[in-house]
Amino acid sequence: MEAEREVLDVLARNAREDIADIAAQTGLDAERVEEAVASLEADGVVHGYQAVVDWDRTEEGKIRAIVEINVELDRETGYEQVADRIARFPAVDALHLVSGDYDFAVEVLGGSMQDVSRFISEQVAPMPEVTQTVTHYIMETYKDGGVRFADGDDDDRLSVSP
Amino acid sequence: MRTADRARELPESGIRKFFELAEARDDVISLGVGEPDFSAPWAARNAAIGGLERGRTSYTANRGTAELREAIAAHHERYDQPYDPGEEVLVTTGASEAVDLAFRTLVDSGDVVAIHEPSYISYAPGVELAGGEPLSVPTRAADDFALTPERLEAAGAGEADLLVLCYPNNPTGATMTDAQLAEVAAFCRENDLRVVADEIYSALTYRGDHASIATQPGMRERTVVVNGFSKAYAMTGLRLGYALGPADAIDAMNRIHQYTMLSAPTTAQIAALEALRSCDDEVTEMVEEYNRRRRLVVSRFNEMGLDTFEPGGAFYAFPECGGDDEAFAEALLEAEGVAVVPGSVFGAGGEGHLRVSYATSMRELKEATDRIARFLAERD
Repeated sequence: MEAEREVLDVLARNAREDIADIAAQTGLDAERVEEAVASLEADGVVHGYQAVVDWDRTEEGKIRAIVEINVELDRETGYEQVADRIARFPAVDALHLVSGDYDFAVEVLGGSMQDVSRFISEQVAPMPEVTQTVTHYIMETYKDGGVRFADGDDDDRLSVSP
Repeated sequence: MRTADRARELPESGIRKFFELAEARDDVISLGVGEPDFSAPWAARNAAIGGLERGRTSYTANRGTAELREAIAAHHERYDQPYDPGEEVLVTTGASEAVDLAFRTLVDSGDVVAIHEPSYISYAPGVELAGGEPLSVPTRAADDFALTPERLEAAGAGEADLLVLCYPNNPTGATMTDAQLAEVAAFCRENDLRVVADEIYSALTYRGDHASIATQPGMRERTVVVNGFSKAYAMTGLRLGYALGPADAIDAMNRIHQYTMLSAPTTAQIAALEALRSCDDEVTEMVEEYNRRRRLVVSRFNEMGLDTFEPGGAFYAFPECGGDDEAFAEALLEAEGVAVVPGSVFGAGGEGHLRVSYATSMRELKEATDRIARFLAERD
């Protein structure tokens, strides 16, 4: 679906674009854009709209960690079931099944390092399928959600040029 | 110090005045910029850094490195423009040098050079410096600023020796289709016109691929194509362009180039090679973003009552403001701090229009078009 894709390209860059501006940028009419947004949501292509936040710049700050989790599966329990149990915790910001040395990569968001380590040791590690966790606290974020976290590059072009 | 007549007599560029007016304020949103707002793809910049680290700071062959000429030829092969990298490609310091060399190589003293207008501002001075006589061929808004045999005929271009063709066009954003080019090509063959085709914006087209006049029957042998990396790869400051053409023309251009330039900047050649090798995706992304901005800007102008034809290429829209475009642009800058370039700066046919560059972030384009709408509302 060409229209859905074009609308998605706009939203992926800036989820705050309003319908009229998406219509102007894609050349679609406004109703078609509404339809495309609705079908992207209904089809589970678009799950939500969020700000890309540099938490270090907020007053109270937040701690983020990437946690490697190894699990042992049995006949009754597959990755899906384990993932479902982990994903239900609100502290879990993102959860991926990955290839390589461990099974799950989990992004955890907490108010402090204690919050995060308590969550891992009290909630995740004791789960019967979990055999190992390794927590990497994020020290500094340089880029997230495709956005570089730096003070904007000044436009150093001449203001008028041929 | 006494300076030569030829330098003194060159007219001041009309852009200069607007540059100074815009620079004098610090709250200006500029839609007057003739270059991309992106930076060159990181892979290209990184290759340039790597070249410097390895100490590659010497001259290259006059015509450019063999690898780069081969990559350029392979790139154009994709668009059915076959050129021999050994004899038919010359790497230059920006497309500007290639245009200058083409004039100095193809124009004899007193030759008449037809230039369709509105067009980029350096052709007429370049022709004059080469000893030729520029002949203005105005194009019309009614034709969406495409060049037609009728316009060439009306301007007397049948008597000219050379035609300068610049599509996608700066300042209008106009493009020409194969069918339209076929008519111009027929005119050139009938009147024995050679062509300098400045195709610097060829990568930035939004309604199908770029069409080059050099691919028309009988045109390759009478056309020097100028292109470069500035617009497609957002590397204007690296100054790298090239010319493609018949071996005898390229050889003659190289004869001047070897004395006046020796070789194009080595670091820029390294960056350009990497750009051709690995940066297609970035170019596609930039083109898609320009396209979204183009549609937004054109639809907003038409909504606010500034008639704007749909530009097929480059990163310019050319809305019609009516009346005195220079006064309009000055008043707009004064009242709302939005800089645009009056169309008349670009020659005949540009009057009553504004060149609006959308090589600016979406946010700024929205703010700028809001301000222009307010300016129009308050003026009425």
